[in-house]
Amino acid sequence: MKFTLSWLKTHLATDADLPMILKALTDIGLEVEGVENPAEKLGAFKIAKVLSAERHPQADKLQVLTVDHGDGNPLQVVCGAPNARAGLVGVFGVEGAVVPANGMVLKKTAIRGVESNGMMCSFRELELGDEHDGIIELAAHAPVGQNYAAWAGLDDPVIDVSITPNRQDCMGVRGIARDLAAKGLGTLNAIVVPVIEGVGPGPDVRTDDPEGCPAFFARTVTGVTNGQSPEWMARRLKAIGQKPISTLVDITNYIMIDLGRPLHVYDMAMLKGPLVARKGRSGEQVLALNGKTYTVDPTMTVIADDEAVHDIGGIMGGEHSGATDATTQVLIECAYFTPEHIAMTGQKLTLTSDARGRFERGVDPAFLDDGLSIAADLVMKLCGGTASEATRAGQPPLTPKKVSYDPARCLGLAGVDVPAAEQKRILQSLGFTVEGDESRVEYQDGMPVSIAGDWTVTVPTWRRDVDGWPDLVEEVVRIVGLDHVPSTPLPREPGVARPTATPEQLMERRVRRTAAARGLSEAINWSFISEKEAASVGGGAWTLANPISEDLKVMRPSLLPGLLSATRRNMDRGAPSIRLFELGRRYGADKERAAVGFVLAGEKAPRGWQSGKAQGFTAFDAKAEVIALLGAAGAPVANLQNFGEASAAYHPGQSGTLRLGPKVVLAEYGVLHPSLAKQFGLTGMVVAGEIFLDAIPARRKTGFMRAPYAPPALQAVKRDFAFIVPEAVEADALVRAVKGADKKAIVEARLFDIFTGAGVEEGHKSLAIEVTLQPGEKSFSQEELDAISTAVVKAAAKLGGTLRG
Amino acid sequence: MPPFSCSSRPAKARGDTFTHCEKTMTEISALKAGLLADIDAAATTDALEALRVGAIGKNGVVTGLLKTLGPMSAEERLEKGPPIQDLREAVTAALAARKAALEEAALTAKLAAERIDMTLPADIGPQGSVHPVSQVMDELTEIFADLGFSVATGPEIEDDWHNFTALNIPETHPARAMHDTFYFPQNPPGKAMLLRTHTSPVQIRTMKDQEPPIRIIAPGRVYRSDSDATHTPMFHQIEGLVIDKGITLGHLKWTLETFLKAFFEREDIVLRLRPSYFPFTEPSVEVDVGYTLTNGQRVIGGDGDAPGGGWLEVLGSGMVNRRVIEACGLDPDEWQGFAFGTGVDRLAMLKYGMNDLRAFFDGDLRWLRHYGFSALDVPTLSGGVGA
Repeated sequence: MKFTLSWLKTHLATDADLPMILKALTDIGLEVEGVENPAEKLGAFKIAKVLSAERHPQADKLQVLTVDHGDGNPLQVVCGAPNARAGLVGVFGVEGAVVPANGMVLKKTAIRGVESNGMMCSFRELELGDEHDGIIELAAHAPVGQNYAAWAGLDDPVIDVSITPNRQDCMGVRGIARDLAAKGLGTLNAIVVPVIEGVGPGPDVRTDDPEGCPAFFARTVTGVTNGQSPEWMARRLKAIGQKPISTLVDITNYIMIDLGRPLHVYDMAMLKGPLVARKGRSGEQVLALNGKTYTVDPTMTVIADDEAVHDIGGIMGGEHSGATDATTQVLIECAYFTPEHIAMTGQKLTLTSDARGRFERGVDPAFLDDGLSIAADLVMKLCGGTASEATRAGQPPLTPKKVSYDPARCLGLAGVDVPAAEQKRILQSLGFTVEGDESRVEYQDGMPVSIAGDWTVTVPTWRRDVDGWPDLVEEVVRIVGLDHVPSTPLPREPGVARPTATPEQLMERRVRRTAAARGLSEAINWSFISEKEAASVGGGAWTLANPISEDLKVMRPSLLPGLLSATRRNMDRGAPSIRLFELGRRYGADKERAAVGFVLAGEKAPRGWQSGKAQGFTAFDAKAEVIALLGAAGAPVANLQNFGEASAAYHPGQSGTLRLGPKVVLAEYGVLHPSLAKQFGLTGMVVAGEIFLDAIPARRKTGFMRAPYAPPALQAVKRDFAFIVPEAVEADALVRAVKGADKKAIVEARLFDIFTGAGVEEGHKSLAIEVTLQPGEKSFSQEELDAISTAVVKAAAKLGGTLRG
Repeated sequence: MPPFSCSSRPAKARGDTFTHCEKTMTEISALKAGLLADIDAAATTDALEALRVGAIGKNGVVTGLLKTLGPMSAEERLEKGPPIQDLREAVTAALAARKAALEEAALTAKLAAERIDMTLPADIGPQGSVHPVSQVMDELTEIFADLGFSVATGPEIEDDWHNFTALNIPETHPARAMHDTFYFPQNPPGKAMLLRTHTSPVQIRTMKDQEPPIRIIAPGRVYRSDSDATHTPMFHQIEGLVIDKGITLGHLKWTLETFLKAFFEREDIVLRLRPSYFPFTEPSVEVDVGYTLTNGQRVIGGDGDAPGGGWLEVLGSGMVNRRVIEACGLDPDEWQGFAFGTGVDRLAMLKYGMNDLRAFFDGDLRWLRHYGFSALDVPTLSGGVGA
């Protein structure tokens, strides 16, 4: 909401200077977003008179002017404006002036060989309007040599405040003035509403939709002459960025900004029959003032005559019946539209307007008559004509709201002790009426008893937002100032801080920092991906109805697509080695699940003087990350089984899942499927993995005590076995079988070599396993070692393995 | 006892000039001098070993002399023994010393030969990083843990009741228009599913699930249909909620002051509280923090009204609206409290000096390494929450 300082001062009698006013506005909740004095940038522009104008010797479209700018030394100026002529009084920028519109510094120069000093300016060059057809033409009596901005009344700071949605009353300059007066910055001037002696009956208006438009007041003014608004009105409207249109339209805009009261004027000549507020009819269309056509429906309120809809009630008028220069008789509408209806209609039509902004927040329902009178009076004064009597169709909701209030509530809720008298003053200055008693001591049968205060506060009609005692506390506190609220320590629990993070958060924290320690960088990718990307990982369960773009449309079912896109961006930037991970949610149909995803691409190790050629990643690098991160997450890594059944995102032969039992998948990993890599534009070997943190069983907290343990006294013994097994036997199966051959003695079995080729039968492979045997009280005897070896060989035999000779 | 015998084998060492079994004192002195000189001059361990064998080996000259002592009478041995013993000790010591010296020299030579260029690069392995948003969330969790706030979470795909209605934002409320909400078409009866526009629904879920007193923070992703230089359709918020008896705006003020001082690790944090409007709080307060322009950068700290200073909006907050407390099934006459919410990404930018929000979600490794944190930069109260 913009207004100028002089405009504010028509409502507020104050000695306060601009900085005081700005600070007060922000302090009371009307945040100042900006302040600008248009005169500041126009200091070097003066009123000047063209003494002579001659054709430029070298250019048809240019003229050489002699310009008197008041110092007795007329200057030669080359000018291209078609309206430049001897006798014109305009605005002149002297040498050194900065043209506001383009930042150009004016200096003495030669244009087509003719000296030129300074510039005669257009409105657009001074950022005072859009006109650029020629230079500014001022009245002939304008004082040559004077500062133009000061003479034109532009030395008037424009203040822009942000109005919160609850404060419709401050969407008018008067409401802002009232708030400032309450803050102690002056006195609110009384408003004198003109008494209109109406001539003739009021217009034929009615409301057939008392729900959406409970009240429709109107007058006509006959015999008006529409034209340009007076200078003072046009200047104020322009200063705040409203384009003056015509007097009749400008009057409605001015009153809306001045008093927060939206109005609409209709050209009576365009109306057929009575003007009625009614529900829209299905399919009915209206061409609005913004040039767009809207289709209304029966939930919306419209203003229509016998033939057409002329107004989307309370939001925007129609093009057809708006006031024009030809208008001689107008109907002024001053209605009350129900805020909820306006909000719904506005949302449905995605149509915003200054009127909607005010009606949907709730205009003052008690200001219809006055608003109409002020408007009719202004029309008559500025456009002539005679006003009719008022037609008052329907009734605005006027039931006064009363709030019961104990002034002690202020201390209780806001923590600041404001004396009851001061609270009363604040409330009254904001327009509340306060009745009832303050808290007091009463002697009942001689005994002193504290009686709580009990005020009945009547809310002013323009404060739709206030309906409970906390609102009154808020009013008091914002006027007193939040800086008066004492900073009060929260009571502290004795002792040191207790753990407060959730188990999920602790798990995520450990996984995150483990991944970072292992050389991966954490990315945060969008939660939404494209439909195509979602389809590549099995499809998403949630698709946005109103996505911001097709790329950000489906809630991700997997962290992979986001990581793969980030990988591609890094590849495009030439990153040689990419290790990325993300910790976030996957969005399933039933719930959101925490997951970690990672991608390894490019070089695992760069070429080096020791290591030789650069190395790429393999599926086993993905497996290593998965196991390390699962371990960090607290999964029972030793009990996990590897199944070669990862999702379709992976290479079917070089991927796997890690499971707890056959059903619970904790992670999948592997080489990315080549077609997915291609879809994401990735080159070279790309491996990836995803860990489903929600599937990891919570660790039971059993206190801090560990299971008792003493390192064995005797050293472990190692024995190597090599088995020839059929190609199809999985290494993990053989290792498990070997390890299980003697559960007491064998503490570890580790595969350390795999061999096919010479000496190994076709279709077979040799797997070498190092077995660690841990003796207990005494060393193994040869017989015991032989027995263990036999058991190991027997276990391997069950899988078709034979000891390699 | 072995029979007395003189060395009859030809000695290899110079001592072989002494052919008699017994020697005079003079001869022994000469022998000693000769042997010590030879040992000192031995150039290799092999030469030294030959000298050792020739002198104190089984058939060595010194061994031979020692053997002459056996048959002597006690008096004679007393007279002739010491020089011979002295000879043996001197030779043994010289051999050991020379051996050590030769070995030392050999090691030195070996080490010299093994010298390599230690300016060659060493591979320290890949360097990972923690995203600034995660780091700042950990920092906030730490600070609020000390103030007694637990962490709470909630779904990002919410229904309109939790995101709006329970927060006193009815369907026609203009405040709904302030939130550019992402909606889903698939809706269970009576609900409109959406992406939460703020972390405030976690307030509702907590109040419904948990008995007061309540002190929680709720960090997480939030979504608004907004995208420009300073807005991304997804960003991070942290919500705070206190519900207790006798909680006032003064407690809110203290909590925010304390938190911001701890977060920015500056005592000169100045807050400016401005009356504002949120449907779910009353009174509502927006909080600005003062900054000072330092080398063209906004550095948090100092009075924003001072010359060269200014104010940055960092928080929205207020006393929880009675209607919200009621909607959660609590008695607003008994329980009262405050809530606040702030942007985690924005806090990270203000503290660590990033200026482009969109880079947060681009995954550019160069950016992640520059603005990210080491795995072990875990925020702690004892070590400071900043890194």
